[in-house]
This record gives sequence, C-alpha cells and structure tokens, in this order.
Amino acid sequence: MVLFPPSPSTPGAAAGRSRASRSVWASPIGVITLTMLGSLAVLAVAGAVLWGQAADRPDPSAVLRGPTASHLLGTDHLGRDLLARLLSATWLSLLLAVAATLLGAVAGITLGALTAVVGGRARRLLGALINLLLAFPALLVAMFFAALFGAGAGGAVFALAVASAPGFARITQTLAAGVAGTDFMAAARVLGLRRHRLLLHHVLPHIAEPLMLNTTVAAGSALVALSGLSFLGLGVQPPSYDWGLLLSQGLDRIYTEPLPAVAPGVAIVYASVAFQLLGEVLAGAAARRARTRQLEEPAVHPARADRPASVDHVLEVEDLRVALPSPDRVVRPVRGVTLALRRGEMVGLVGESGSGKSLTALAIADLLPDGACATWGTHRFLGADAESSTRKERRRQLATGMAVIFQNPASAFNPSLRIGTQMTEAVRAHHGTPRAQAVEQALAQLQRVALPGGRRLLRSRPFQLSGGQRQRVAIAAASMMRPGLIIADEPTTALDVTVQRQIMDLLRRIRHDDATAILFISHDIALVADACDRVLVMYGGTIVENLPAHELATGARHPYTRMLVASVPDMAADRDRPLHTIEGGPPDPCGAVPGCPFHDRCPHRLDRCAVESPVLSPLDPGHEVACWRPLPPALLCGQRETEEVEK
Amino acid sequence: MREGAGLALYDVTVRHHGPFGPITAVDGVSLEVPQGTTVGLVGESGSGKSTLARAVVGLDSPCAGRITVGGRECRGHRAADRRRLGQQVQLVFQDPDTALDPRMTVRQSIAESAGAFVRLDRRSREQRISGLLELVGLDAGCADRVPRQLSGGQRQRVAVARALAVDPAVLIADEVTSALDVSVRAALLTMLRDLQRRMGFAMLFISHDLAAVRHVSDAVAVMYLGRIVETASTENLLRSPRHPYTRTLLSAVPSLHAGRRPVGEPLLPGEVPDPASPPTGCRFHPRCPVGPSRRPGRDVCAARDPQQDAAGQPHRAACHFPYHVGDCPPQAGSVHPDANGDRAPRTPGDLPS
Amino acid sequence: MTTVSARLGALARCHPWVVFCCRRAVRLTVSLFVVVTASFAMIRLVPGDPVRAALGVDAPPDLVAAKRHELGLDHGLLAQYRQYLRHLAHGDLGVSLVTGEPVADLVRARLPATLLLAVLAFACVLVVALPGGLLAAVWTRGGRRPRAELAFTATTSAMAGMPDFVLAAGLTAGLAVALRIFPVAGDLGPQSYVLPVLALALAPTAVLLRIVRVETLKVLATDYLRAARAKRLPSVPLYLRHVAPNTLTASLTLAGNLLPALIAGTVLVEKVFAWPGIGSAMAQSVAAQDYAVVEASVLVLGSAVLVVNFLVDLALALLDPRSVIRKT
Repeated sequence: MVLFPPSPSTPGAAAGRSRASRSVWASPIGVITLTMLGSLAVLAVAGAVLWGQAADRPDPSAVLRGPTASHLLGTDHLGRDLLARLLSATWLSLLLAVAATLLGAVAGITLGALTAVVGGRARRLLGALINLLLAFPALLVAMFFAALFGAGAGGAVFALAVASAPGFARITQTLAAGVAGTDFMAAARVLGLRRHRLLLHHVLPHIAEPLMLNTTVAAGSALVALSGLSFLGLGVQPPSYDWGLLLSQGLDRIYTEPLPAVAPGVAIVYASVAFQLLGEVLAGAAARRARTRQLEEPAVHPARADRPASVDHVLEVEDLRVALPSPDRVVRPVRGVTLALRRGEMVGLVGESGSGKSLTALAIADLLPDGACATWGTHRFLGADAESSTRKERRRQLATGMAVIFQNPASAFNPSLRIGTQMTEAVRAHHGTPRAQAVEQALAQLQRVALPGGRRLLRSRPFQLSGGQRQRVAIAAASMMRPGLIIADEPTTALDVTVQRQIMDLLRRIRHDDATAILFISHDIALVADACDRVLVMYGGTIVENLPAHELATGARHPYTRMLVASVPDMAADRDRPLHTIEGGPPDPCGAVPGCPFHDRCPHRLDRCAVESPVLSPLDPGHEVACWRPLPPALLCGQRETEEVEK
Repeated sequence: MREGAGLALYDVTVRHHGPFGPITAVDGVSLEVPQGTTVGLVGESGSGKSTLARAVVGLDSPCAGRITVGGRECRGHRAADRRRLGQQVQLVFQDPDTALDPRMTVRQSIAESAGAFVRLDRRSREQRISGLLELVGLDAGCADRVPRQLSGGQRQRVAVARALAVDPAVLIADEVTSALDVSVRAALLTMLRDLQRRMGFAMLFISHDLAAVRHVSDAVAVMYLGRIVETASTENLLRSPRHPYTRTLLSAVPSLHAGRRPVGEPLLPGEVPDPASPPTGCRFHPRCPVGPSRRPGRDVCAARDPQQDAAGQPHRAACHFPYHVGDCPPQAGSVHPDANGDRAPRTPGDLPS
Repeated sequence: MTTVSARLGALARCHPWVVFCCRRAVRLTVSLFVVVTASFAMIRLVPGDPVRAALGVDAPPDLVAAKRHELGLDHGLLAQYRQYLRHLAHGDLGVSLVTGEPVADLVRARLPATLLLAVLAFACVLVVALPGGLLAAVWTRGGRRPRAELAFTATTSAMAGMPDFVLAAGLTAGLAVALRIFPVAGDLGPQSYVLPVLALALAPTAVLLRIVRVETLKVLATDYLRAARAKRLPSVPLYLRHVAPNTLTASLTLAGNLLPALIAGTVLVEKVFAWPGIGSAMAQSVAAQDYAVVEASVLVLGSAVLVVNFLVDLALALLDPRSVIRKT
C-alpha cells in the first residue's frame, strides 16, 4: 500500500498519469502503432477516391497479367489493376470489420451487463447461455450463420456480430462481477441506491476502459474473420470486393503467380497487426507499467568499524540500506539499520507499515524483490563476512544456516506440491540426505509441532490444511535444517489469536531446544513484548530504539516508542484512559530530509533534531536509543504523555 | 435503556451456498444493541461476525429470525424496503482500500450518501459535507481528493463520514481498525467512541481484537461457529468470563502491561471445525478444555445444545458447565482452566456456598 | 430445493469426482443437443429453397420434389426432427444434394485427415509455447533485459495477428511455389504436413507464448516462490518443480480454449492446401450450396470441439485436483 503524502497534489497526480501514458505513445511500439493506424485511416478515406475508378476499369488486352511496370501487382481475369483494387478495398474491409465489432460489442455488453442487474435465477440462466455459446469457436458460428443469412456482406457482418457477442458478454460479466463484489458497491447497495444508478454510476465507469481495449482487439480479429468468410465465398460477393475476396481470387492462380495472393494477405496482416498493437499499447497505458531502471546506487560505505567477529553473534548487520527504484524516483525504505542477534536469542522487530521492517528482513535473507538494491556497512552471518565470501559460499551459508517463515501461510506453500516434498527438499538439496531419512526427519519435526497424521500429512497438499496447520508445517520445515537463525516475518498476522498463541509457543520452544536465534517481525507491540527477549523499534527506515522486552511497557526512552506504547489499547490498562494518538504521518520514504525521521511529529524536538540525524547509541546496558534527547526513564509513560497532549 | 429501541436480532439464521451445499454461517443468533450504546462482537475468523453484519444491513438475507431497528421490523426485498433500511442502518467496512469508489472524490462519495434519502440544495449539501468532514476530523482540503491520495486512516474516516451522512440510528463497524497501523488505529477508535457518545446512535462494533473491543464497547458478545456463546457487560465479561471459549480467547491475547505468559501446551486442541458440518450439541465441545474430551462423564455437551440464560440476565453464557462469577479471574498468562478444578453441573443445589 | 442441494452437497463432499464428471457430462450432452438441433435447423432455415439452389435453377420440378421427399423436407417439422435423430443414431447423415453420395461416407473418409492436422498443430503449439514462454518469463522477469522483452512482445503480437489462411497462402507462395521445398497441395506423405501444420500452429503458438509468459511471471511473483527461493534450491529444480506445474495448469486452461479455434481454422487452411479433410469439404459445399454436407460438417466439427473441451476439462482436473472442488 502506498500512502500518498497528504499534500494537495491532485494536478500532480494527473500530470503523472498523463506523463506515463504519453511515454507509452512515445515508445517505439507506440510510434509504430500510430504510423500503421494513420496509414490505414488515410487509405480507408482516400483509397476508393483515388484508385476506385482504376480498380473497376476492365482491360481486355491485359487479362491475368503478372507484375509489370504499369500494373505493379498484375491484373485479374478482367484485366483490372490489382494494386488499385487492393488499395480501394481498404475502406470496405475496415468498415465491415468495425461494423461487425460494434454490433457484437453492443449485443454482448448488453447481455453481460444484464447479468449484473437481473436477479438470481435469470442471472444463472444467462450465465449458462453465455457458457454454452462460448464453447463454440467464433469462426465456426460465423460460418454457420453466414450460411444461414445467405452469402453477402450484410449476412457476414451479422453472422460475425452474433459469433463475437458471447465473448463480449463473458468479459462484461466477469468485469461487472468483479466490481459488484467490492466493498464500495456493497456500501452503495446499503444506501439503497437503485439498480440503474448502481450500473451507471459505479459499475460501468469501472469496466469501460477494459471493454474499450477489448473492443479494439476484437476489431482486428473481426477483420481477419471477415476476410476469412469472404475467402470461403460467404462474405462479400462480386462485383464488390474486399481483401479476403482478392486473396481468394489470387489463390486460384498461386501456382503461376504468387504475388496476387500474397499482396492481399499482407494487407490483412498489416491491418490486423495494427489493431493488435493498438490493444497492446492501450493495455500498457492502462497499466502504466513503466519499466524500472536498474539502479546504480553510489556505494557509500561508511568507515567500517573493524570489530572482530563475535563468536556469540549469529548475525551482525551494520548500516544496511535498501533502495527501490521506481519509474520517477528512488524510494529508500531502509536507511541505515544496525542490529545483531546472539545465538538462541529471540529479538522482535516492531514498526508500523512502511517502517522498512519487512525489507530489512528480506535484505538479510537475500530475498529482496527484483530491482531492489541493498548496501551494507558490515554484514556478518554465522561468523563469516558476506563481503569476503563468494556468492556461492554465501548462498550455501544462507541455505543451511537461515530459514524464513512468511506472513501468510495460505500462500507460502506451493499449491501443486505435496507437503512432504516441500518439507524435505531443502535438506535433500543441501545436505544430500537420502529420501527415506529426510522423511523420517520431517516426521520427527511434525511431531514436535504437535501435528498428528504423520505420513498421511506428508502426502497431503497445502489446500487440505487449515491456516494454523500450515504455519506449523512452515515452522517444522524451517527447523528441518537446524538453522542458526530463523526470520519470522509477521508469522501470526493472518491467524486468529488462539492459533497465534500456539505458534508463538512453538517458536519459543524451538528457540529453546535448538538454540536458534529468531528475528521476529511484527506490528503487534504487545505480542513482541510478550514473546521476545529484546525489541528493536523501527521508524522511517531506521532503528530508533533497542531495549529489553520487559522494559517496553514502562521503560522506553525514545519518544516514538513511548507514544506507540501509549496508543495500543491493552487488556490490562485502564479502560477509560484515552488512547494516545500520534499526530502527522510517517516520513516520505523518497525524501532525503536530514535529521531525525521522527522530528516533525515529536513533542520533545530540539532544533538539532531537524538537521542532524541521531545514531543508535548505548544508554544503559542492553538499551540503545537513537535520540538527541531521550526521555527520562522514571516517569510513568501513560500519565506523562497524556499531560503533554493536554497541554 | 428503552426496550425495542436500537437494534435487536431474534434467532437470526443466515445460510450461504457453499461448494458442498448450504453452510449455516449464523445460527439462531439473538442480540440486542440498545439505543446509545456500543456492543462489541468478538470472534475468530469464520465465526460468522461479518455475515451477521451483512444480514443486518440487508446484503445477505436471513432465512429465519427477525431483525428490528428502532422497534420496527425490517423485512422485504423491494427497493422501498431496502431504502428504509439503509436510512436507519449503515455499515463501515474492513478494508479502507476498497471501501470507497476509487473514481469518486471524497466530496462525491459523501454527497451521494447525504443525498440518498433527503433532497439537499447545493448550499446545504456543501455545509453538510464540511460538517461531516469536521466531525470525523478531516480538514476540508481532503474533499477534493480521490481515495488513492488518502492514507488508510483517512480513508476509513471518510467511510465513517459517508455512513453517518444519512443520520443512521444504528452504525455497524465491521473490523474497521484491523487493516490500520497501531497509531492510526488508536485515533480511529477514540473517534468512534466519541462520535457514538456525542450522537447517541447504537453501534455494533465487530472485531477480532479484544483489546479494541474492550476500549469502545459497553457490552460484549462472543461468537463461535455461528453462535453467540456469551454476552455480558464489558467489565463483567473480561473480569469473570463464564464460557470456556471466552476464557481461552481472553488468555490468548498478549498484553503489554501484564507480563509474560509461560509457555504452555497448545490452548485449544484440534482445528476449528468445518462450518458446513458443525459438531453436535455444544459446538465447542470437541475442543473445550473442560469438555467431554478432557472430563469423562460430560457427554451432555456432545448430545444437547446448551441454551443461553434467560434474556433478562445481565451475564448470559451458553454452556452446560459455565464458570461461576467468583472463579479465578483470567489474568492473562495465568489461565490454566484445568487448574480450576472440576466444576459442578449447573444445578441449583450444587452451587458453591 | 434445500434438501436436494443438501443431498447433492453431501454427495459432492464424499465423491467430488463423481459429481464433477456428472456435471461435465450433462453440460456436454446439452451442448451436443444444441449442435444437433442447429445442424438440423440449418437446412430448414436457409432462405429460399436449398434443394433448388443445389440442383440448379433449371432442374425439373419433379426431380426437386423427389429430392425434397428423399430428404424428408415435405413432412412436419417435428416428424422431420424425429426422423433426423433416428437417422443420426444409426450414423446416417443423409446424402449430398449435389453428388448423391452418402454424407457419412464422406465424413468417414475425411475426418481423420482433419483431426490429424489439428492434433499435430496443437502438439506443436504446446511443445514450442510451454518451454518458450517459461524461458521468456525467466529471462525478462522483474524488468530485466527490457530489449528482449520488447522484441518478444513485438514478435509475438505480429505472429498472433497473422491469420492462418493468409499465412497458408504466403507459405505456399514462398516455400512451395517459389522454392519448391514442400508440396503445394494435397496429402502426399509426411512432407505435405509441414506447411498446413505450420500455418495452423503459428498464431496460436504466439498467443500461448504470451499467456505462458504472463502466467509464469505471476507465479514468479507469488509468496510460495519466494518461500522456495528462501530454500536456495538450485535453479533448474526450482523452475521445473516449483514454477512449471503451476504455470502449466493456468496455461493449459487457456490453451484448451485455443484448441476449438484451431479446429475451426482447419476449414480455411484446408481450402488453401486442398487438404482432403472435412474442412475443405465444407468450404466446397458452401460454395456449391450443398447444405446436406455443410450441415454434417457443422455437426461433426461442432461435436469435435465439444468433446475436446470435455477432455481438456478432465485433463485439467487430473492435473489440478483443486479445480474439481472449485468447479463442482
């Protein structure tokens, strides 16, 4: 989710959009498309006027000639110039295609929109009808109806419209159903708005764009299909002619003269590709998918504190920075994170959304999304310096020494693989454990996370398990390798409280039994305080405080931590105590403002805070704060904050 | 507390069409939200809280039971009925990303709602919009923005303003804070509580977050698998929960100020049963810490549906063997229901002296 | 209503496959019924007198009447329909209006050639597009190699916009007439399959390439792939085991939609190559207004499409067991 900075910047956003769409048109494909469409339009308008007479003038003296200087493509059986016929056939070919598409689109969209408006049984019937019609290929349906309506341009257009309508209906139905399921539609229905109003105000505006796009692409297919019908003798009849008919006539003499058949073919391909590209460009403009450029981040390596690697530390990170290049700016969600985890320690990393906690974790696990770029001051994992080891060594170390548990157990398992495969593949790949032994290990781990079922569970697929079960399997899988560090990225956020408690208990037990360090990332400050030994509080891409978990409730020294604690409704706190609210919004992740990231929301700020960025420095043993003026420890936080707010 | 005012549900049952036939999402729920109070509805995912909310506003139609608002029953599927219902009950949704039409500005969204039932001229409409924005703590500059340009908390405030624009007698807040950050959540909770007290509407506050519910609600109802298992005033319910499910739920909530919980055995054995085929008798019995699986001889739990206490009682629990008010309070962390000893079945003669 | 659906629900829970197959079979039957009815209605709905049109304007009236009687066109519609169904059950598709030959013989002689062509073309599409799309996605994921992506998009959209019959004509002109590498027309052994299959397969290949690439990119962006990456598996097992199966199910669903269009496309391509298949028979009889043959061709091609759809559905259900539950 992107939070837009609360500034009155409507025109800015609009400009951004138009810039994006302009850049799509300015791309090579955009230019080619415009050129092709323009030439088609010119030909359609001018072709018949300029070459119409030449195209109809028979010349008995030059029948079925090959290409000559006067007849570049040769002549047909009546001696008419084929090039002139080709050019002046443009308008009819395009006109018929556009007519068929529009007719089909109107019929189909009406049918599809009806499904969104009518009630239950009628909707199901309409849906079944659309399904049934869609089972038949449009070309076959068009041939059937063209034969029914009688050969001729009109018959072909109607036949094609009938054949393409189900496709439009299906797309409209799908799109409308998508809009109908949203909360804002539900809100509008709760307001008791009438059906036509819902349709006109809420449904149609949302689906108009994809429908237009679809119509464009369909016009290309209609052109081809109509040419096909003419080619079969079901479309345009002589003496009228379109490209399909010209192709059909040219094909009869293809053994002697290929060009009269190839030229109309080229024309058909040209027009169809033009429509195809137009669809492509429109889709690109709609998605505004601008490509991210690879970022060349200036390597700002601060003077490295060459501390000796501590034996006790599983992970040491200093000055981690992550940059995400986006089309028009560089987002820097992580700006200098320093942390260390001892063996067997459970450390919580808390912060609100956008504070950079998840990206910090992904950077440590070397799983950053494509295009993101991480720089490190120091990066030591299991005693080995990441910079001095080769990429292969590092991969191996991460593979055997680190495991990650992700937030959403519903999507963290591959739906098409069995649980057993997903649990055992890592040990089999990295430790070379034989299959049977790996399965035994997996069974032991499942036992440990209190999952009954054994081998049957290993043979099941993820969708057969509940969310809590999946997360327990994820924990079992993570501890298969006996890693030195487990990164748990919001592992309980998607789960219910009772399940959350089971998961937390499991994590603590694993930490206890295997001496595995756990980096526990969460937005839930109460949960972290309850489960971890130490808490790192993140704000604006930096760690602002590092303190023992039991001190979090009352002993926090950074103003942000205090305010965060005061804003959490708690089961044990006084109910009538007003919750503290932090005014203002989080800092802009793109901005490069000097100073403390919290200074503009901080009630205790000094002048220095806006200019100079505080670094994390020790205050008490095991307590570090990045603040120029840490709050005194003695005061009870709730009272003090309330007093200050009241002032 | 006037009888019949506010929102009342009597034996409401809602069924969905699942892939394997009908699923009873809400099963015979009776609940009362008197005018001027807030009732919190707590439950885990799949317990039917949101379905209940949708049934009240008419998005799902109950297949049995009655729903009354202000003493009048809401029935019928005609457009006029729906409109009358919409004028009285409004719903605020969970996800601030989709709750507002992304193509409408804040002003248009609120105006649509404000003009849905009363005709307003341009001046009074503008006044109403700015009044509503002020009410939910947004500055007037927000009016011309589209949802994309607002933060999650701001969007949720707009959604509240849109719901309040029709002057509803009942406001239903369905997990309104669960998608928000902690600091934003606090502000929204405080705002809802203040608005409710100032304007005096009845509010049904649905959430899985017990701490949030505790903060805004006067009374709390706990739902499990489509049924309400316990109803009481907030203080009573939290201090002395009577239903074993409520106890486990309360003890699972981490607390910042209450100290650390010990690592214990998994609190609830087994998984949440499939709502399409719920257990017989008490729906909680297969997982109940004091149920037949732990205590032999409590077969009545599997055989018979426990009935809630009489409607008049201030603290109602649907359990054959409820905890008594005096029993060990569930201080977070110290709950080991087994440690409370065997409780007697509920017969007057066996009450502890 | 509720009890019926409840019972069905119970059945679906115990035997999802039974319910799934039953539903599909019912849908197939209904669709086949529509095709049969449409093909029956065709000759009766054609404006004017199809018999006279087929026999020529100057045919003697008694011959036309005899032909009409032979076709049963002089009975009531319901009786005609009953007779039609009876004949169909015995494999009797009537006789050609022009040649007088039994249409069933024509179908029997020509259908295998068409099916072979369609199957070969579809196999080509799958063989090229599935690995090709996967590779293209891996190659260009996350905005890497923007130029390769541009080239891919441009090539595939050009290929996808290429109508099969035009391509067939172009291939004939280029490779058969000018260079004489392949036979121009007819079925003269394995060599003569190359051009028709190529003409039929090219556009669907391009479409499927793009689909597979998009589907693969979607899979590459999923959480479970990130979880798999966290295991640092070597890249070949990663892509083959974790990416390919998930891409496959989504892509095959869409590929299944291409197959009917491919069968319909044979009509045009067969005309270009004078292929002795059902499509060229249809094209000829359309021109000759031999509605008995057109009717039979519509019936055969339509049923083929439906049966293929049915088989694709079953195959997908085998590949992805979740779809059985989802779709019942």
